[in-house]
Amino acid sequence: MSQVPPPPNPLPQGEGGINVTLKELFIGFTRIALSGFGGVLPFARRVIVEERAWIPSEEFTSLLGLCQFLPGPNVVNLSICIGARFRGVRGAITAFTGLILPPFFIVIGLGALYQQYGNIPVVNSMLRGVSAVAAGLILSTGLKMALDLRNRPLLLICSSLAMVGIVALRWPLPLVMLGLLPLSMLLAARIYGGKS
Amino acid sequence: MTIIIAIILQFGLLSLLAFGGANAILPEIHRIVVETNHWMTSVEFARLFAISQATPGPNAIIVTLIGWQMAGFAGAVAATLAICGPSSILIFIFMHYWKKVSGSPWRNVVQIGIAPLAVGLVLASGIIITLAADETPWAYLLTGLTLLINMFFKFNPIWLIAAGALLGLSGIF
Repeated sequence: MSQVPPPPNPLPQGEGGINVTLKELFIGFTRIALSGFGGVLPFARRVIVEERAWIPSEEFTSLLGLCQFLPGPNVVNLSICIGARFRGVRGAITAFTGLILPPFFIVIGLGALYQQYGNIPVVNSMLRGVSAVAAGLILSTGLKMALDLRNRPLLLICSSLAMVGIVALRWPLPLVMLGLLPLSMLLAARIYGGKS
Repeated sequence: MTIIIAIILQFGLLSLLAFGGANAILPEIHRIVVETNHWMTSVEFARLFAISQATPGPNAIIVTLIGWQMAGFAGAVAATLAICGPSSILIFIFMHYWKKVSGSPWRNVVQIGIAPLAVGLVLASGIIITLAADETPWAYLLTGLTLLINMFFKFNPIWLIAAGALLGLSGIF
């Protein structure tokens, strides 16, 4: 197992140049996991940068860019980066475990309740209401992401094609990605000049 | 056992395609578990999604719940590790190169190019979940209202979910 190389730039001394232990990583990410519903990325900055001052804000923004750029659950990616940043492989595993373990058991607990009581009419009625709300939540998440692209409207063509491919044509995701990524990157390079 | 292996292989591949996070791969999971393999109904899928939204933590936890529904505790563990593992290993390897490519044109092109696909995937998820969850006009109305409220106000989603449960008591959804 290879050791993680040290960060390229030594941390600025003072409040940024701190030593984060495995225990602190675990507790920190547990706190992030339990701080919100429907995704906890917004809470990650609060805990990591503001509350604990593990890394400066600019470094967090850069890491977050990486976590959203690569595939995978974004906040899981973040736990790997931050954990590895301080404690290598063990840090990454510890931070990930702290993040995933509490929700893991909570969701299974709720799932068990659903299996047990989901058929009771009152519970079923409530779940129908919750389902309709949950659907609205994810739709609005997508629309907010679309609004972020308003300065590059041509790219929304790729978004629309992806939707058609998945919802209307029911194409497998790998096919849709392989088909559209070249077009999307071509637009990004030619029309928008690769300037972020 | 075969179902555990199926979970690991199928979800493990999705881990590397999850541009835009766990929300982006819901249609593909729906396609695999509901349409192709009939491991659960579309309504069950929508209920599981609702439950995952009422759980604190990362969005990826929906995958844990789907694994649990498919194959119990082992399924939950397999699904969670499969959806998080490959992408975690990728980012672990890649993070040391990230700073080196900052400002390079291709990094910006890839970054700009991936964003619209992530948008399309998450919106597709929203549509698939809506079609699976909403069975009455009232349900569509509630979905639409939630969408508007969440676009224009900054409520913690848990209050909207609680409101959905309360409104659900009326039995009209």
